[in-house]
Formats: sequence, C-alpha cells, structure tokens
Amino acid sequence: MALLEINQLSIQFGGLRAVDDFNLTVEKGDLYGLIGPNGAGKTTVFNLLTGEYKPTEGVIRLDGKDITGRPAIEINREGIARTFQNIRLFRQQSVLDNVKIGLHNQYVCSPAAAIFRLPSYYAVEKQMNEKAMELLSVFDLEGEADTISANLPYGKQRKLEIARAMATNPKLLLLDEPAAGMNPNETEELMADIRYIRENFDMTILLIEHDMRLVAGICEKLTVLNFGRILTQGETKEVLKDPEVIKAYLGDD
Amino acid sequence: MKNRMTSMTKASKDNLGTILMLVAAFVIVEILRAAGLVNAHMDGMLVPICVYATMAVSLNLVVGILGELSLGHAGFMCVGAFASAFFSKCFENSMGVFPRFLLAILIGGIVAGIFGFLIGIPVLRLNGDYLAIVTLAFGEIIKNLVNVLYVGRDSAGLHFSIKDQASLGLMEDGEMIIAGPQGITGTPFNSNFVVGFLILLISTIVVLNLINSREGRAIMAIRDNRIAAGSVGIPITRYKMFAFTLSAVIAGCAGALYSHNLSSLIATPARFGYNMSILFLVFVVLGGIGSTRGSIIAAVILTLIPEVLRFMADYRMLIYAIILIVMMIVNWNPKSRAFIQAHSVGKIFGKKKTAKSGKEGA
Repeated sequence: MALLEINQLSIQFGGLRAVDDFNLTVEKGDLYGLIGPNGAGKTTVFNLLTGEYKPTEGVIRLDGKDITGRPAIEINREGIARTFQNIRLFRQQSVLDNVKIGLHNQYVCSPAAAIFRLPSYYAVEKQMNEKAMELLSVFDLEGEADTISANLPYGKQRKLEIARAMATNPKLLLLDEPAAGMNPNETEELMADIRYIRENFDMTILLIEHDMRLVAGICEKLTVLNFGRILTQGETKEVLKDPEVIKAYLGDD
Repeated sequence: MKNRMTSMTKASKDNLGTILMLVAAFVIVEILRAAGLVNAHMDGMLVPICVYATMAVSLNLVVGILGELSLGHAGFMCVGAFASAFFSKCFENSMGVFPRFLLAILIGGIVAGIFGFLIGIPVLRLNGDYLAIVTLAFGEIIKNLVNVLYVGRDSAGLHFSIKDQASLGLMEDGEMIIAGPQGITGTPFNSNFVVGFLILLISTIVVLNLINSREGRAIMAIRDNRIAAGSVGIPITRYKMFAFTLSAVIAGCAGALYSHNLSSLIATPARFGYNMSILFLVFVVLGGIGSTRGSIIAAVILTLIPEVLRFMADYRMLIYAIILIVMMIVNWNPKSRAFIQAHSVGKIFGKKKTAKSGKEGA
C-alpha cells in the first residue's frame, strides 16, 4: 500500500479551479518532487494535504487512512509535517525552543508539574533537550541553539524549519521550496541533509522546488503541474526531457 | 551540550532575578515600616500596589505571552472581588480568619476563572480582535450587573433579586449581603501587605514557571505564528483557553485581595471600569510586552507616581503623562533597549533602587 494516495483532488476559489483533478501516489521511502511554473498550484496542493484548505473534491489517504478535510493539527498527528515557502518560524524564540515546540506531542508533562516544578518536569525537559539537540546536530545548528531564531541567517532558518518539522516525528515530510534563497554551497549542503534524513530517519519526502539542480540531483520521481493540472508524471530523467515540460517552463518556441 | 546548559541557566537566572527583586522589595518595605519611615498614607498604598502588580502579571499573560488583547481585565477583578467578599460575608462568624480568607481568595480566583473559561469558549476559537471586543463588553456588563444585584440572607436561606431590596422579602432576622448600587459593606478587613505580597509572588512564580515549560512554549508558539503552531500539531484553542483562564484566575485572586481591603465594596466605574482595564494594559505595555518583571515594575511605579506627585496639585496628571511618555521612549527605543539589555543585571538593581527611593521620598 502506498504511503500517500491522492485521488482526483480539486479545489475551487470562486471561479478559479486552483487545483484540478490532481492524482498522486507516493510510496514509502520515495523522494518525490512536485514542480511547475509559478502559480501552477503546487503550494495549494501542500495546503490541501496539510489541512490549511479543504478540498472541493477528491480523497487524500495517508497509510490507507482517509484524512481528507481534517484540520491541520490532526493531520500533523497522523504523520504529515511541512515547511513553508515563506519561512514561518517562532521568531521570538530560540532555535532550541523552536525544535522543542515541534516535539510538543512526543512528550507528556502536565501543566501542574511545570508550574510546581515537580521532578517529572525536569525529566521531560531533559529528554526534550537531548532529542532537540540531536535533531539540530543533523542540520549543524547545535552551535546556535541559544540564538533567537529570527536572527539566524536565511539558509539556516530554512534548515531549522526542516528540523522543527522532523521533530513532530512524521511519516511524510513536505518541503516547500527548501532551497529558495540559498546560494549554491548552501543548496549542496541542503541536498546532503535531505539525503541524510531520508536514509537515517527512514523518511518519505515530497518537495516543491524551482532549483532544477536540486530537483535533478535528489528527486527520483516528479510530477509537473501547470495551471492546476498535471502535465506529466514519472521518473525524473524522463520527465525533464519531456517537450511539454520544457514548453511549460520556457514557453512556446 | 555546553550551550544548552548556559541557555537553561540563563532562563532560570532571569526568573530568579525577578523573584529576588520581589523578595528584596518586600524586605526593604518591611524594614522601613518597622523603622516607622512609612507614613499612614503610603502604608495604605501597599495593598493596592500588590493588587495592581498582580493584575499586571495576569494581563501580561494574555497580552504578552498569549498575544491576545483583553480590554476587560477589571471585569475579572470585579468578579473575584464580589465573589470572595460574598463568601466572607456569608461565613464571617462561622469560620476562623485564616481558613476563611484563604478560601475567599481561592473562590475569587475560581469564580473569575469560570467566567474567563465561559468567555473563552466561543471567542478564543476565532482569530483576530474578537477577544478585545468581547472582554470590553464583559467588563462593562459585569459592573452594571453587580450594581442591580440584591442578595440577602435570613433564617430561610439566601434571597436574590435584581429589582430592589424590598422584593427580597427578608424576614426580621435577615441581613443584606449585596445591596445593589451600595455593594457589599463590612467585608472583613483581612488583606494586608504580607498576604498581598504572597499573592503577587505566587502569581509571578506560576506565570514564570509556565513560560519555561512545554505548555508555555506552545502558548508562545501560537503568539509567534499560529499557522506554524498548527502545522506542528499544537492544539491552538486548548492552549488559548488555558492561558486565558489562568489569567482570569489570577485576576480573581487580585480582586479578592482588593475587596478585603475595603470597608465598602461598590462596583464603580473608577474601580472596575474601562479606564481600570486600560490602566492595566498601560502597565503591561510600558513594562515591555511579554516581560513579567517589567509589568510589575511599571505597575508599582505608575501606582506610586500620582501619590508621590500629590504636592503638585493641579499639575499632577500633567507630570504623570510626561513620565508615561518618557518611560515609553526609554522602554521601546532600540538604542536604550540595547543599553538595558547590555546591563541587564544592573537593570534589576537600578530599577529597584528608584522604586525604593520613590517610596522613601513620599
């Protein structure tokens, strides 16, 4: 059974059908790319998957379970975590605390234990700190654990967002333009990080990206969207050679 | 690993600084009182200062930590004041002072908390300024409601009315507890500076401990970015309810302290009206939104200033306004903030000294 199955997904905003008849199957362990020109509806697909928008039609199944139209919080608990195209960190909080907020549902500690500083509070905090530092070290951010996240350089903010999403222990990780605004060196590092979390955390990844080097470098399968509809789907090498795809990106003749 | 240790001690050091500041201020005031250096007028200010500082801690939890605007916190204080005074009047002769006052404070907090919870159920599901609008209305409604409430007691039990005293139909042995616009008179005079200080201290510790916990981080995550908080599975409405209800409980306890410091408790606009709610908001904004310590300091200074400036007669409020503006500039100007942050330990002691000398000067 596929990890993620999307059938005939559509959403209508007034007269605009932003996503129309979208089908996608992501197998466990896939590193899957979703590409397309600006305004093709890629982020809208992510927002539908994570419960920000409710689809007009269609079914989304995660691990065989219907999660269509459920609220964002429940979908995260079912096992989908995401990053955002326009970075959404908890800007006033430290890097470490950002990841600890991601760990929120992995640990239990009653408010009373926190307020009265019972031993269970210290035990849980210690576990959370260790787990958070472990995740930060994957992205070479452990040295900046105390930095206020808004003060991080742009590339590191993107990485922190991935670390925070990983902290929720997802089955499927959605990355919305992870390399946007990164220089070539940072993109190289990011590609290595994405490969690393896929190997070591057994992660399935679906990503939106415009940087073709990254897409061609790490994605095994691609879906190309144009004007809310699927243009083509398949192995990365085949898709990138498709004349329709080249036409969508570069225009006619 | 090393970094993590320093981060933990930094946060707890900061909290410890706030608590030490409170304890030191308490000790200094007690010494001054023992030495007879505090005049009767200033002595009478001590409990209201504790009440207002506790209100500042309570409102800072909603405005600074949760990031929602409440314009009716005086309403929660009013509920706590009347609920606790009602309880104390009912059990004035049947309980010892200590357990009765302790229960009165708890009841003030719980009843205000219930109101906070009920208001939160519909409003905190929404995003936007709805809480400000609804709490503003709540503050006004609760004040007017108390003003038409008549409650009396006789050998047959309690009698309620919202018309007048006569319609209660009390028997000869009856006595009024809440007399509409006359409010509650003769509440036992139990509040004192020590109790006030303890309520302020406990509220501060509760809020500071909450901030540095799993729940507190979740609450601040909602403030910083609601969509991202939802995307990592934080139950937004539940934590908003939790923080808002806790804030109402603290406001109710402050109200209980307030009502047991008055011989006659009346729900006047001056005490529980809109202007009071705005004054609490001024404490929080001037103290630096989100800073519990700053809110307390601002509450103490701004409560003292009108009293200290009393000798200026008509110019008093003019000077008060100028001080407000200067404090605002000093607190929010990036350069002065950078300076304060660079001298943060000095800041604790520096501010406390000014507060102390303010008390001495009076």
